[in-house]
Amino acid sequence: MHTTHDIVVIGGGNAALCAALTAAEAGARVLILEAAPKAYRGGNSRHTRNFRCMHDGPLGPLVDSYSEDEYLSDLMKVTGGNTDENLARLAIRTSAECLPWMQERGIRFQPSLSGTLSLARTNAFFLGGGKGLVNAYYRTAERIGVEVQYEAKVTHLEMSDARVEWIDYTQNGQDHRIAPKSVVVASGGFQADTDWLARAWGPAAKNFLIRGTPYNRGVVLADLLDQKVEQVGDPTQCHAVAIDGRAPKFDGGIVTRLDCVPFSIVVNKDAQRFYDEGEDVWPKRYAIWGRLVADQPDQVGYAIIDAKSLNLFMPSVFPPIKADTLEDLARAMELSPTALRKTVDTFNAACGDTGGFQPTELDGVTTSGLNPPKTNWARPISEPPFYGYSLRTGVTFTYLGLKVDENAQCSVGNQPVTNLWAAGETMAGSILGQGYLAGFGMTIGTVFGRIAGREAAAHAN
Amino acid sequence: MQTDLIAEARRQAEICNACRYCEGYCSVFPALHRERAFADGDITQLANLCHNCRGCYYACQYTAPHEFDLNLPKALAEVRHDSWKSHAWPAGFASLFDRSGVAIAAALVVSITLLFGLAQALRPSGGDGFYAYMSHGLMVAIFAPAFLLPLLAIGASLRSYWAAVGGGACSFSDILEACRSAGRMKNLEGGHGDGCNFEDEDRFSQARRHFHQATLYGFLLCFASTSSGTVLHYGFGMEAPYGPLSLPKLLGVPGGILLCIGTAGLAYLKTKADRNLGAPKVWGGEMAFVLLLFLVSASGLLLYAATGTGAVGAVLTVHLGTVLAFFVLTPYSKMAHGFYRMAALTKEAANARELRQKMETA
Repeated sequence: MHTTHDIVVIGGGNAALCAALTAAEAGARVLILEAAPKAYRGGNSRHTRNFRCMHDGPLGPLVDSYSEDEYLSDLMKVTGGNTDENLARLAIRTSAECLPWMQERGIRFQPSLSGTLSLARTNAFFLGGGKGLVNAYYRTAERIGVEVQYEAKVTHLEMSDARVEWIDYTQNGQDHRIAPKSVVVASGGFQADTDWLARAWGPAAKNFLIRGTPYNRGVVLADLLDQKVEQVGDPTQCHAVAIDGRAPKFDGGIVTRLDCVPFSIVVNKDAQRFYDEGEDVWPKRYAIWGRLVADQPDQVGYAIIDAKSLNLFMPSVFPPIKADTLEDLARAMELSPTALRKTVDTFNAACGDTGGFQPTELDGVTTSGLNPPKTNWARPISEPPFYGYSLRTGVTFTYLGLKVDENAQCSVGNQPVTNLWAAGETMAGSILGQGYLAGFGMTIGTVFGRIAGREAAAHAN
Repeated sequence: MQTDLIAEARRQAEICNACRYCEGYCSVFPALHRERAFADGDITQLANLCHNCRGCYYACQYTAPHEFDLNLPKALAEVRHDSWKSHAWPAGFASLFDRSGVAIAAALVVSITLLFGLAQALRPSGGDGFYAYMSHGLMVAIFAPAFLLPLLAIGASLRSYWAAVGGGACSFSDILEACRSAGRMKNLEGGHGDGCNFEDEDRFSQARRHFHQATLYGFLLCFASTSSGTVLHYGFGMEAPYGPLSLPKLLGVPGGILLCIGTAGLAYLKTKADRNLGAPKVWGGEMAFVLLLFLVSASGLLLYAATGTGAVGAVLTVHLGTVLAFFVLTPYSKMAHGFYRMAALTKEAANARELRQKMETA
């Protein structure tokens, strides 16, 4: 058995790289086992664009300040309090020192992207996005001697007496077994395994699209849970948004996002509305629409807008379906023309004075006597041509994961696993019981990746 | 313009516009993100704004094997090259762009042979320095039209380009802004100042930017040297050869050295970089152009070194031959990029200014 490495990091995304860099800088010999080929390295981090960062005053690209309490209160709102406050505060508090740490390791930032001004204070955007970040970390890792094996799929961690004895992995059809002193698991959730999703969600999950990497199949997670490593979270909880129904099954990323919902009516395949499209500004609501669509027949929705709303939201990758009449649009989208006509007529009749319409803020332009109501931006769908987008549930990552303590260490029963740490999406459920806060996944990955790397190195040295 | 090249670049630009992660790298993305739909002229303008720094390619989550198959630097390079062809004037010379390597070689052979023949046939009876080999009058007779006619041609091309991209009135400040950007090679800085991706995949370096700066400033110094010689000749009756502390030498020697270093460096980097992130078919022609510029500068320095020796005649013929080939091919070779780039940067400065003014009044 080959034992030239002190530490094996399983996974190749942001959390894995932060762990590997921290451990290597502490003098450990580190091996990264990345399941994906080099072109697809980096897991879901490839698709990210920023991380949420606490700061007392202007910091790097961030303006103004963002305090621990405000950050925590934002988290409490989205999770409904379903979080571990100690770990959450640890992530939040440490995020401030992460930004300069990242810069020292080659990460470059840019001002908040056009169309995302609402995040300029809270989220630091990576120049070039997550793949740029991943590339920079791999460069730095290579320079300090971290070894990386691609297409190295870990199949099993042998546990005994609350200790990882060895790791089995396959690469190019060959089986390998290694016995490092410390192991960091940073291999994400299980969302790319749709069978597992279907076990949790029922057959509806087969219609879900996976927004990120097809390599996060939860193999290591399942293997550890089978061996009674402590789990956290509910298998149905995940970060899921409504995305363009024409998106690829995997890896569609950011461009499949649809921002049209607040200016639309959204109907199901029976051409019936099912939720208030104007409940709040889109950045605060987009994450609930994944679940809303998942609850509809065939897990599909259709957002309908008219000509006056077409340019009010960011463009997405697929052009909308366009027709001069509602009936033609319905036919093109395989909806019943009479049912859609009736829904739109009912909606239009419930619209009132639209003089106060303000696309960028809650304008109170609401329907009356309609169920469900549309409480903002309620303007009649009346001006041809009409446009439609199909919506499907896009899963970013699942929350069922490994339970960790403030040292990112895993446990069996009440006993810590002496040489096993976890970071990133595979343990994010420890903090995110439900809901999602934009950019928080990368914060958790960076903070706990660094902690896991530090602890793993301390154990190995 | 080839519609399939434009259509492919448009397909990619629309994906970029839905993503925007690359906004900070260069001028292309802010310009792209201002639009929702891209007319042919918009794509042509974006293509000429692109400096091929490749930052967006290496940072892209949608490059092959992803099914979106993005390679924006390549798509824009192909449109860019095609746009130079479609705006070439007279149009009959457009195909020279596709055969730059051959054209440069042929122009060199013809120029050197021609000059050698003329120098032999019209050998002056008197004259100092290189005027002993070729009279000033003959040089002017050849180089005045060889310089001015190509400038005329490129002027006509730029007019056509400006109309195609919907360019309106531009202010002096827009031109100044374009000069500032080109003077710093701001678009090869990568937005973070670490430089661009070129010779070693996703590693950022200043190598290409610095070699390009050496080439640009070396070229400008050489041009200033020649111009100062012309002024001294006609304005002050001071004829070549000029001494080592004269204006033409003080400008020309460092200029020639910079141009040599810059072009040699660019040629070397070009052999290291991934050809598939540019327009692969014109790689050879671009390389030939860089080498031609190297020959211009190297033979110029050699001519200075040969002062007073018997080699002057031969070296002079070769040097003037390279310069002649360079001048004649300026509108139909990679040299055209400098003119189109300045036009694109000016247009972008004007667009950005108009947007600023609109937002201020709104």
